Amino acid sequence: MAAPVQVEAVVASEVEGRPRRRGRRGAQASHRRQSFGLFLTIVPFLVLVFLFSYFPLYGWIYSLYDYRPARGLGGSEFVGLQWFRMLVGSPTQVQQILQVMANTLAMSFLGIAASVLPLAFAVFLGEIRATWFKNLVQTLTTLPNFISWVLVYMIAFSMFSTTGMVNGTLENLGLIDEPLKFLDSDQHIWLKMALWGIWKTVGWGAILYLAAIAGIDQSLYESAKVDGAGRFQTMWHITVPQLMPTFFVLLMLSIANILNNGMEQFYVFQNAFNREHIQVLDLYVYNIGMTGNNLSLATAISMLKSVISVALLLSVNALSKRVRGTSLV
Amino acid sequence: MTTASLTRERGHVPFTIVNCTLFALFALVCGYPFYYLIINSISANDLSALGDIRWLPRGLHLDNYGQVLDLQGLPQAALVSFARTVIGTAATVLASAYLGFMFTQPRLWKRSFWYRAVVITMYFNAGLIPVFIIMKTLGLTNSFWVYILPLVVQPFNIILVKTFVEAMPRELQEAAEMDGAGILSVFFRIYLPNMTPILATVAIFSAVTQWNSFQDTLLYITDQSLYTLQFLLYMYINQADSLAQAAQQSGGDLSGIASAATSQTATSIRTTVAVVVVLPILFVYPLFQRYFVKGIMLGAVKG
Repeated sequence: MAAPVQVEAVVASEVEGRPRRRGRRGAQASHRRQSFGLFLTIVPFLVLVFLFSYFPLYGWIYSLYDYRPARGLGGSEFVGLQWFRMLVGSPTQVQQILQVMANTLAMSFLGIAASVLPLAFAVFLGEIRATWFKNLVQTLTTLPNFISWVLVYMIAFSMFSTTGMVNGTLENLGLIDEPLKFLDSDQHIWLKMALWGIWKTVGWGAILYLAAIAGIDQSLYESAKVDGAGRFQTMWHITVPQLMPTFFVLLMLSIANILNNGMEQFYVFQNAFNREHIQVLDLYVYNIGMTGNNLSLATAISMLKSVISVALLLSVNALSKRVRGTSLV
Repeated sequence: MTTASLTRERGHVPFTIVNCTLFALFALVCGYPFYYLIINSISANDLSALGDIRWLPRGLHLDNYGQVLDLQGLPQAALVSFARTVIGTAATVLASAYLGFMFTQPRLWKRSFWYRAVVITMYFNAGLIPVFIIMKTLGLTNSFWVYILPLVVQPFNIILVKTFVEAMPRELQEAAEMDGAGILSVFFRIYLPNMTPILATVAIFSAVTQWNSFQDTLLYITDQSLYTLQFLLYMYINQADSLAQAAQQSGGDLSGIASAATSQTATSIRTTVAVVVVLPILFVYPLFQRYFVKGIMLGAVKG
């Protein structure tokens, strides 16, 4: 198989060799021109990257102004570090930020704690032999990953609102007299949000681990069986350790993303009752920037958030290099 | 088959039963809500409004699907959602294919610098408000292009394609260039047709993102003619009662033909629109499973 290819390659190098003899300098110049020509074809895409990823960094400057959209940046007052001082100086602001940080960290930690679930899901699903059942379970459990948070909220609404399916069933069974307020209440909101996150992502998260399980060398299991290892022993001592590298990488990335819960889930679920405990950093930035109309304070906060996130990513990357010898990014 | 494998597991029948039951329950919890929405959208509207439809549809009818089309703004929103999904996906697929290919070309001027400059954007974000202000500066607020342009270049997709191209035999290109083909015809004639599997993955990733997107409408759009289905659904969930009244006043009730079973209620509007939003996902779902898995596997190899 390889022989003809080699011959071709030799021929190719001979053909290429000929014009090169005409003059190295001329060839180099044409080479450079061609190489720059290639570059010009990707410029439009690079412009998009610059506009939407790099150019907004310039917007951080708004955190130093009292920016009023109607007046533009030129007409807005320069206030220096006023917003940053306010974040640590004004008691009401500090209290608010602490609550928001508590919400953010609580939900991130619940998410990190729940990250063992996809692994467990994969390990236990791998123990089922009936292929049709495995496929059915996988099909149904990955489905929620592909719908939007708006639709998740719609499902939550039709299941758990005061006239929803769950309250209706409980009332029919005579277990409750008054409908339970699952959505319009502030109780256990962190846990509820974590559960919706689990519902949406566990099946999908397990796919990565299932593929890793399929790639485990079967002879490991056979020799373990010969040594008299039972089912749980092989699960614990062979399958789980083989999945650890994947788990570690995902864990590191979720630590790096500890401040980035996204806002969509919390935006759709937020209401007048649960606002205090559902407001994570991303939603808070939206609420004060777009609804409360303090664009400059919101910019100051998202700027701090971005800087801390990048620092976290670099730290876990360094940690990963120390522990595993390979970097994450 | 199942019994044979059970006996092979030497007396772990109780474990298998518990294990299967738990998975069956979780699968039910994941699948049932979709079933619930569908049966409620096709059942008698007076029953669905009471929350009485739980396991089987009753008073079957399809009038809701005809009637939601009369809701103000819905056909337009469907069009916008459809357009952004098709145009956005096409743009992302082409850009990912071309950039993924170009970043494998050693001749590209300052190749690794530009590649890094693109990929690094995965890991930082200027933040919601700065991006909003830039969109406004660029005149993209209340413009259809805000749905397309920011999503054209996606580093993750480019990594997927680049990894794929690097695994293709280099001789393909060398042979074509010997025949005098320029780089563009090498890309369009040789590489593009052979990239189909990875491009299918990128296409599905991107189509799902586009269809499900909600946040960009919320942030950048106030013009109602640019609302998407997702955004409309969100509005309907929160204000379906007033909507139902509007639908009843302008709809079939005037003619006196519509009965309680088919006149619109808040529930019927919500569930029907929700099904309209989720159906395309359910239809292409079999494709997801094939290509998505391939996609994250490749991503995992790289990551």
